[in-house]
Amino acid sequence: MGKILDRLKEKLGESLLASHEFRGDETVVVGREALLEVTRFLKTDSGLDFNILMDLTAVDYLTWGEARPRFEVVYHLYSLSKNHRVRIKVPVEEKDPVVPSLTTIWPAADWYEREVWDMFGIRFPGHPNLKRILMYEEFAGHPLRKDYPVTKRQPLIGPKN
Amino acid sequence: MNSFQEDTPSSPAGFFTSKIEEMVGWARKFSIFQYPFVTACCGMEYMSVACSHYDIDRFGAGLPRFSPRQSDVLMVVGTISHKMAPVLKKIYDQMTEPKWVVAFGVCTCTGGFYDNYATVMGIDTILPVDVYIPGCPPRPENVLDGLMKLQEKIQKQKQFT
Repeated sequence: MGKILDRLKEKLGESLLASHEFRGDETVVVGREALLEVTRFLKTDSGLDFNILMDLTAVDYLTWGEARPRFEVVYHLYSLSKNHRVRIKVPVEEKDPVVPSLTTIWPAADWYEREVWDMFGIRFPGHPNLKRILMYEEFAGHPLRKDYPVTKRQPLIGPKN
Repeated sequence: MNSFQEDTPSSPAGFFTSKIEEMVGWARKFSIFQYPFVTACCGMEYMSVACSHYDIDRFGAGLPRFSPRQSDVLMVVGTISHKMAPVLKKIYDQMTEPKWVVAFGVCTCTGGFYDNYATVMGIDTILPVDVYIPGCPPRPENVLDGLMKLQEKIQKQKQFT
């Protein structure tokens, strides 16, 4: 096990749902209740010092045909001082697609969370301005959801094809 | 120009005869003020055409205007999304007559390889297009060919309506 996972398990072992490591990439699965606690620890702990939120996105597992939560929100963190990375995954149920906002911990989460809201329809309570960032306000639905019809078009002007 | 009389001792200044329609067409086709509506990678090719190596100033099209009020050819250069479509339409509406539209690159001609929720399937669904220049991106020679076809069209059209 890598040193990041070891440190996390030592401090917050009961908050972690699962973890794995593949060729040096360490991943931890966290419930949304524990997300703020875990991320705050990752940022403030002097041995971890994850000061950069590299990426925040989501995955729709609709067509995987498994008994698992439909969405997963994925966070990629990086530490400039320690030069190490970790990935956090948060499973999200379709009927309640809500994950706490990380804008208070990394301000960079602001636009990422707006993008995930725009594309996947996952809401982030605590976000200061959660509105669409890429699509227009008139757009209905969330186009990166796997059940958004691939041929559906919503032009503002011109023919409705 | 229909005829031209060489300088002779009896008429030192010389003169030519023409028709007003042809004269105005000739003036218009060699004073194209384009509005470069550049949204994507085709813009690099547009710059290449505009710079000295290919030099569209040879065709009297060397002065791009960034105000639709002062321009008479709308060059739509790059992918147009549904979010951008109303802006493009507004720019077109603000241009004064006479005006022409060039679809520069395959995205503006047909949508190109984009067939998704975000992209307009050809700007001719929202604007009347005079010349289509296909290519991804079009070679500068192809653009010059399109420009000359536009000049031909301007020369042949009825100038006063």
